[in-house]
Amino acid sequence: MLEGMREFESPAALGDALDGAGYLPDRGLATAAFLALRMQRPLFLEGDPGVGKTALAQTLATITGAELVRLQCYEGIDASQALYDWDFPRQILHLRAAGDTADRAELEHSLYDRRFLVARPILQALERAPAVLLIDEIDRADDEFEAFLLEVLADHAVTIPELGTIRAAEPPLVVITSNRTREVHDALKRRCLYHWVEHPEFAREVAIVRRRVPEAAQGLAEQVAAAVARLRSASLLKPPGVAETIDWTRALHLLGVTRLDAESAEATLGAAVKYREDLVRVQRELAGLLGG
Amino acid sequence: MDYVPDPVVTLTGFARALRANGIAADSTRLATAIDALGHVDPLDAEQVYWAGRVTLCAEPDDLPRYDAVFDAWFRGRLPLPGPDASGRPGTTLRIRPLAGENDAGEHEDAEEADEPLRTAASPAEVLRHRDLAALTDAERDEVNSLVALLGPRMARRRTRRTRPGGRDAVDVARTVRRLVRAGGEPVQLLRRAPRVKPRRLVLLLDVSGSMGPYADVLLRFAHAAVRVAPASTEAFTLGTRLTRITRALRLRDPDQALAAAGAAIPDWSGGTRLGESLQAFLDLWGQRGTARRAVVVLVSDGWERGDATLLGGQMARLARLAHAVVWVNPHRGKEGFAPVTAGMRAALPHVDDLVAGHSLAALHELAEVIARA
Repeated sequence: MLEGMREFESPAALGDALDGAGYLPDRGLATAAFLALRMQRPLFLEGDPGVGKTALAQTLATITGAELVRLQCYEGIDASQALYDWDFPRQILHLRAAGDTADRAELEHSLYDRRFLVARPILQALERAPAVLLIDEIDRADDEFEAFLLEVLADHAVTIPELGTIRAAEPPLVVITSNRTREVHDALKRRCLYHWVEHPEFAREVAIVRRRVPEAAQGLAEQVAAAVARLRSASLLKPPGVAETIDWTRALHLLGVTRLDAESAEATLGAAVKYREDLVRVQRELAGLLGG
Repeated sequence: MDYVPDPVVTLTGFARALRANGIAADSTRLATAIDALGHVDPLDAEQVYWAGRVTLCAEPDDLPRYDAVFDAWFRGRLPLPGPDASGRPGTTLRIRPLAGENDAGEHEDAEEADEPLRTAASPAEVLRHRDLAALTDAERDEVNSLVALLGPRMARRRTRRTRPGGRDAVDVARTVRRLVRAGGEPVQLLRRAPRVKPRRLVLLLDVSGSMGPYADVLLRFAHAAVRVAPASTEAFTLGTRLTRITRALRLRDPDQALAAAGAAIPDWSGGTRLGESLQAFLDLWGQRGTARRAVVVLVSDGWERGDATLLGGQMARLARLAHAVVWVNPHRGKEGFAPVTAGMRAALPHVDDLVAGHSLAALHELAEVIARA
């Protein structure tokens, strides 16, 4: 268990700590994270883009004093990019330097030494305790990749055929996020705690914006959160997430705006609305968006 | 008298009730849930609710069902946490009462649904489940022949993963291993080439009343497709709402799979809101990735109850995401067919192929089109 974890007595205590570091979780998320720490289980987070899945992992690393190791998934990612790789040029140099004199068996053995191993994110997380391992957007990786993760998630270990098994002295906290573009295999999910992250309700969203953009006026934060809530119910191609609310407020503040009006909204709409079709629609109904 | 229920017994019964409602709360998950309960305050209903939810549920479809069963199971023993159920995708499934999975009312409905060719849509949403009788031997043969038909014919795509072989990229890892074995002498450059995989196939089946006569065979086609490539095939039904039936169709036995799919579809033989349910598909699944670079097969007669402009717009959106869009119209095979329904006319500019799907022979053609895509 991570050293710093023992101080969290309850989900509420963990929630307060996250709050103190600038992340405002609801009770479900606080309970899920609390259980992940206590039970040493990976936390599997799904939800719309921009609801704060990645930010949770970052904040958990901050409050536990652990190092954040991030693995961004993509199609075709394999063990040599996620777990470990051999440093081939150095191996060959070593081989050349030894010349013909050395004992062949001995030499071959020395080639597969830890110093020729390049640690990729997952191995890094196992070796650098305490750590928070963020496996981001696992749905972007193909399903073959999930098999690599099973051993890591169950035993906090990586087995390297030439070298043996490397086990974490202190299991990292693993946070896996998915945008749900495909279904992740059940074998992986059943090792995890599953949580669906919702968009925050209005008051919480205002509080989040105030926390992230403290220099912006309270009134502006409320106006932007209200406008974003209306955008979410307008069935856009891409409804804005909390990340967009924060970006939009920051953009408005940088322009010196303290009250959201039609003119400033139109000028900065690109911070919240990311599709041209959506922009056209929203611009047409701008008055309604601002609450009339 | 102080009666304190054993938490393990309570949770085991609860998990059983969840399973009866279609949540895969197996013994591994139950053990995790019991473990989790030891870490939270068992007298705080909200903590119990969340501890159970993060351990027993596995996808958003499970959440409304979990809420309903939690309400039913713990009502009277614990106050209800009352979580907000809004904004989650995939909440199309109706919760049935805990007891009496198949009550008599549904069978009556199913009989009614057998009437051929009801009018295109009814204003009130008709919620009915399909009671698929056990397959006859002939139908079972048909499923098997569909599997055989589709098996070697899924469209393929190159992946970013590689296999040994080819003539282009050097496989450094294998070459170096070979080189080390040869004492450091470069012996031979080994190559690697991209692997191919089945391209994702998405089947969207219109199950409204006007499609009634064809729905059975198309559902069997969908089952065959899911069986051939379970990891890369998704199936949904469109009617008055969107329902994902991929999970049900993954069951190997056709009887079980079709019964499960029939039970999952709440709007069987109801009206059509094609544009809206297609939009729901694109919002919740398609745009996030399910439709991207996929072959999308939409099976419908194009009878659109609402305004067809929405359908046209959504079809354009689908065409931008998908690798190929195939529209299967069962009426296409009839003589004198012209795509005149409003929905068909709006959709046609965004369709790569328009094929018939009214007979086994026509499904051969469809399989051909899917393979070519």
